[in-house]
This record gives sequence, C-alpha cells and structure tokens, in this order.
Amino acid sequence: MAGDQGLAVLAGRPPGAARRFSAWLFRRPWLRAGLTLSPPLGWFVLIYLAALAALLVSAFWSVDPFTSEITHSWTTENFKSLIDEPTYREIALRTIGIAAAVTVTDAILAFPFAYFAVRVAPGRIQTALFVLVLLPLWSSYLVRVYAWRLILAHDGALNWSLDKLHLGSVNVGYSNWAMWIVFSYIWLPFMIVPVWTAIERVPESLLEASMDLGGSAWRTFREVLLPLALPGLVAGSIFTFSLTLGDYITPTLVGGASSDFIGNVVYRNVGVANNVPFAAAFATVPMVVMGVYLLVARRLGAFEAL
Amino acid sequence: MQAHRWRRAAAAVAVGALAVAAGCGSDNSSSSNSKLPTKIGKGEGQLNLVAWEGYTQSEWVKPFEKQTGCKVKSKFAGSSDEMVTLMRQGGGSQYDMVSASGDASLRLIRGGDVKPVNVKLIPGWNDFIPQLQSPSHNTVDGKHYGVSVQWGPNVLLYNTKSVTPAPTSWSTIYGSTYKGKVTVPDNPIQIADAALYLSKTNPSLGIKDPYELNDKQLNASVDLLKKQKPLIKKYWALSSDESDLFKNGDAVIGAAWPIAVKTLESDNQPVKDTIPKEGATGWADTWMLSAKAKHPNCAYLWMKYISEPKPQAQQAVSYGETPVNEKACPLMDQIEKGSCARLHANAPASYFNSIKFWKTPISDCGDGKKDCKDYTVWQQKWQEIKG
Repeated sequence: MAGDQGLAVLAGRPPGAARRFSAWLFRRPWLRAGLTLSPPLGWFVLIYLAALAALLVSAFWSVDPFTSEITHSWTTENFKSLIDEPTYREIALRTIGIAAAVTVTDAILAFPFAYFAVRVAPGRIQTALFVLVLLPLWSSYLVRVYAWRLILAHDGALNWSLDKLHLGSVNVGYSNWAMWIVFSYIWLPFMIVPVWTAIERVPESLLEASMDLGGSAWRTFREVLLPLALPGLVAGSIFTFSLTLGDYITPTLVGGASSDFIGNVVYRNVGVANNVPFAAAFATVPMVVMGVYLLVARRLGAFEAL
Repeated sequence: MQAHRWRRAAAAVAVGALAVAAGCGSDNSSSSNSKLPTKIGKGEGQLNLVAWEGYTQSEWVKPFEKQTGCKVKSKFAGSSDEMVTLMRQGGGSQYDMVSASGDASLRLIRGGDVKPVNVKLIPGWNDFIPQLQSPSHNTVDGKHYGVSVQWGPNVLLYNTKSVTPAPTSWSTIYGSTYKGKVTVPDNPIQIADAALYLSKTNPSLGIKDPYELNDKQLNASVDLLKKQKPLIKKYWALSSDESDLFKNGDAVIGAAWPIAVKTLESDNQPVKDTIPKEGATGWADTWMLSAKAKHPNCAYLWMKYISEPKPQAQQAVSYGETPVNEKACPLMDQIEKGSCARLHANAPASYFNSIKFWKTPISDCGDGKKDCKDYTVWQQKWQEIKG
C-alpha cells in the first residue's frame, strides 16, 4: 500500500491519502509539533507529574495508628505537626544548612581547580585532570562513603596519620563534620564540570583587555571572570545543593547522634513507621526549597550554562 | 494562548491522577481463617521469611531445605517497626512468616496480618518452657498466632580495656564518664530501658511496668534519654554497626544484643557483656504465620522444624540467646561446652521473670484507666529525643 502511494506520488498522479495528510499537517504547525512532542510529553506527565500529584495528595491523608491503614480523608494535621514540632524544623534547617555549606565548599574548591585546568595546564595535563575529576564516579557511591567511614573512625587512617605526625587526634567520625567532609568530596565533580565549561567559554581576549586597561589580577577576576563564569557556578550549585538535600545514606553511615536529614525521616516513615502521608508531607519541604532555588538560579542565568 | 491550553491539559491529567490515586483504596478484608489445618500438606517449594539478622543461618536452614524441599528466602529487618511494615507491604502476601518480638506480635494480631496456628501439628511445642507455650504476646483468646522461638535479655556491652572497673549499673550509660563513647539502639522501645532504670533509681515516679507509662513517667524517661544524647556517639540501626563502632574504638560501652557480643568476641576484641543490677529488658520472639501466606505448608514445616531440640540448640548458641525447647540444653553443651548454663537454658523460672520482655505499649494500663501512652506517642518521643 505505502509503496503504491509512493509510486503514485512519484508518477505525478493525483495525491494519495498519505500525501494529503502530510499537506494537511504542513498547514497546521501546532498540531505537527504536538504530535512530535506527545510521546515524551505523555511520559513526562504520566510518570513525573502524576507521581508528584499523588505525593501531594497523600500528604493530606493520615494513617490509622492501630491498623496502619491509610485514612482517605483530608487533613492538614501532617503539615501542622511539621510546623509545630521543633524537632522537624531542626531537621529541615540542618539539612538545608549542610547542603548550603557543602555547596559553598565545593564552589571554593572547584573554581581555582577549574581555572588552573582550563587556563594554565597544558593540553595533556588538562585531559589527565579531567579524567581524575571523573574517576571517582566510576566506583560505587556506597564504597566511597564506607571508605570515608574507615578514614574518619576513631582508630581510622586520619587519626593514625595525625598520630604519626605527633599532632594528637581529632574526633570527627560520626558527626556533622564527617557528613560535611563526605558530602563535599562526593559531589565535587558535579561542581567542577559546569564551572570548567563556564570558564572555558570566557574569551581570553576579555581577560587580556582588562589587564591592558590596567586592571589588577584581583580586579580582573572579580569584575570580568567571576561574573562571566557565574552561571556555571550556579549550575554546579544546583547539583551539589539538591543532591545533598535529598540524601539519606551518608547521614545513616557517617552521621552521629543528631545527624538526621529530611530523607532519613522520610525513609523511616515509609519503611519503618508505615506513615506514608507524613513522609509525603515532609518531602514537600525540599521540593519547595529547590523550587525557590531554581527560580533564583534562573535569574542568575544558570540554565544557559548547563 | 497555547501555554494556556497546555495548562488546562496538565490540570486535567493531574485531576485524573488524583482520581486514580484515590481509587487505589485499601482492601480491608483480613482473611483470618478460623478453620485450622489438621495436617501438614506437601511443601510448596519456597518459604519467604522476615527475620532478625542471624535467625536464618545456613547451619540450620540448609538441613531444613534438604529435608522438606522448601527453599528459604529471608529478608532481615532492623527493628520491630520495620517487621510490621514489611508484613503489611504489598497487601501482606509477600512474606509467609515473621520472627516477631513481643512488641510487634500484638500489633500484627490486632491488625489482622497474621493468622492462628494449630500447635498440635508442632510436636516440639509440648517441650517448650510453660511460660512461653501460650504467652499473652502471641496467644489471644486461646488462639495461638505462631510458636515461640527464642528469648533473651538486652545486655550492657563494654570494652574491658577502656571501661574499668567493670560496670554493674546502667548508670554508666547515663552518666558522663564515657561521654561521646556510648552507643544505644536506634529504636523507640529503648524508652523502656530508661523507664526500667528509673523504676529502680527514682521510685517516687511509681513505674511498675516499663511498657506501661503514664504522661509523667514517659516524660521522665524521655528527659533522661535527652540528657543522655550528648553522651551518644551514634544510635545504631543494625547490630553490625554497633560491632563496627566497638572495633574502631568509636564506642566503648552501650546497650547491645547478644549477637554483637558474639561477633566481637569471635573477632578477639576485648569486650564483655553483663546484666546490670537494675535488671534488663529483653525479647521473646515468635514465628508468626502471615494471614495471606502463599506457602502455608512450608510455613508449618518450618515451625515444626525450628521447634525441634537440635535447631533450637544451634540457633541459641549461634545467636547467644535462650531456646524455648527445654530439651535443647544437652545439645547446646555438645555444640559448645557450658553454653546451656551460660545462656540460662536450664535457669529457674525466677530468671525468666526477672526480664522485662518487650511488648507493645498501649493506652490501657491494665488498671482500668486509659492514661498510658501508646506506641505512636513513643515513636514521636523517640524522634524528638534524636532531634
């Protein structure tokens, strides 16, 4: 059939159904775009938005304490206890605080590194550095966290080295300091890569011009390089911030007595306490935080550097 | 204009999703069959268990598989709460049995997640110590919801090099001597340990049963645990985490399960455990049968097997707990000399009675008044303590 029509078109005979359909589509560009986009959009709406909608709705349900069955009646009780209980506020603030600290740390570490790699290092070393940045990602996340647990433990590699250097010992294992160190290490590549790209995009000539006009190195950095590379920095911060915000494995493994993250409370409410509605309610907190963060990031032009 | 149309479409989809989500209501029918089987049929070839880590070692599971053809698959749970959740997930037919402790068993019975068992099909049951043939945590209205398996106390574990003199009181984990070197389980039932300690050290509170606490008693226990928090290195979730803490010198004293002691001892670590003078909380576990078990015959075969003296003795020595079958004692000594006496398998009833076994806190205090705090409150308080 299709072959026949193709031949008919070639022969210049009256156009067949396929031809007419394509012409009809040609006159309706919005429909054409709609048809092309509908499979991915359908996927997006069904899998992503529907899941989010289900999450938001279940946040307003509750659980019968005795049978653990979900009660399908509307209540704002979950959100009320989130706001009223100082415990949950503390956990939310701890999560956001450490995510912010990790982001700042990674930004400070990544910028000079990326600058050196892009502007100073010769080609071959540049490639080697890039491989080195990505190398940790080849091994499992869990392996890397467990490695840090061994390093930071009381009788671990860190204290052993300090002892050999006669520097005493530190007590950072199983604490919020340990989480900060481990998170900063684990997410660093996600900051370096976008900053690297952003610095690469800044034309050398602009930096030279600034110098030629008498700008000091510091002023060139502050007024030329940094503003132009800022979108990369912000893009990287989206990764480090959101990845830390949603994590619950690192707090479980290297955290101390008061190291619960939002994710830990969500995990316990789903897997242990069987209180999915409350977990859903708490899960909206990082969503809101990320929403605000992304709006600010868009203002700063981060999405142009992705 | 176009954006507007999209928004409307998205809204329609969202509403649809809500309808679907709301429609997926729960199926409340609990199929607790009142008719008990009168004989054990042929095994179904598989048995899915929710168990404590260390309860399904190949030492006694392999012979069972060989004998019955039932392949055992086990999922380890870290707490009683997790066990209850696992037994309820996916409609409750995912797992056939659970090794529930006393603080989970009643919740499972009341929730209709487990069904009665005919103990006449389990010969080993007749040799159980009398206290655990029909204990109130697994037998309701004369119906047995499973068979008891093992029991034991929660002990005080310490590093013999760093902790001197040897501790004799739980006060060592509530005082500041070992600040930053203490570890306790990450488990709401830990509140009972504090209550037990207070019942001896602060009699004016009038705590009689550490699982039946009124508002004032619960708050006093929670306050004690909040004061303890700065001393804690880590609240452990898995017993193996606790072993790690002791091995790496991050903790030198803490509340423990015997399996951690066993692990550390076999690793030649300088540790010892003790039951302090205030007494101890403990557990008595039950193999319970899911109300929707897919492999009921294998489940019965398992209950029959695990109640026999030999697997009872093997598990007792391997885990470091006390078997319910009295005939296990001589077999324990065969496996490890002196283990019967060490694990109190031949101890008089007074020893059993000295342990405050885990049970689900409910609002009914047993004295007619309903002023006790139930387990939901305990869970909230525990989250509050951890902060």
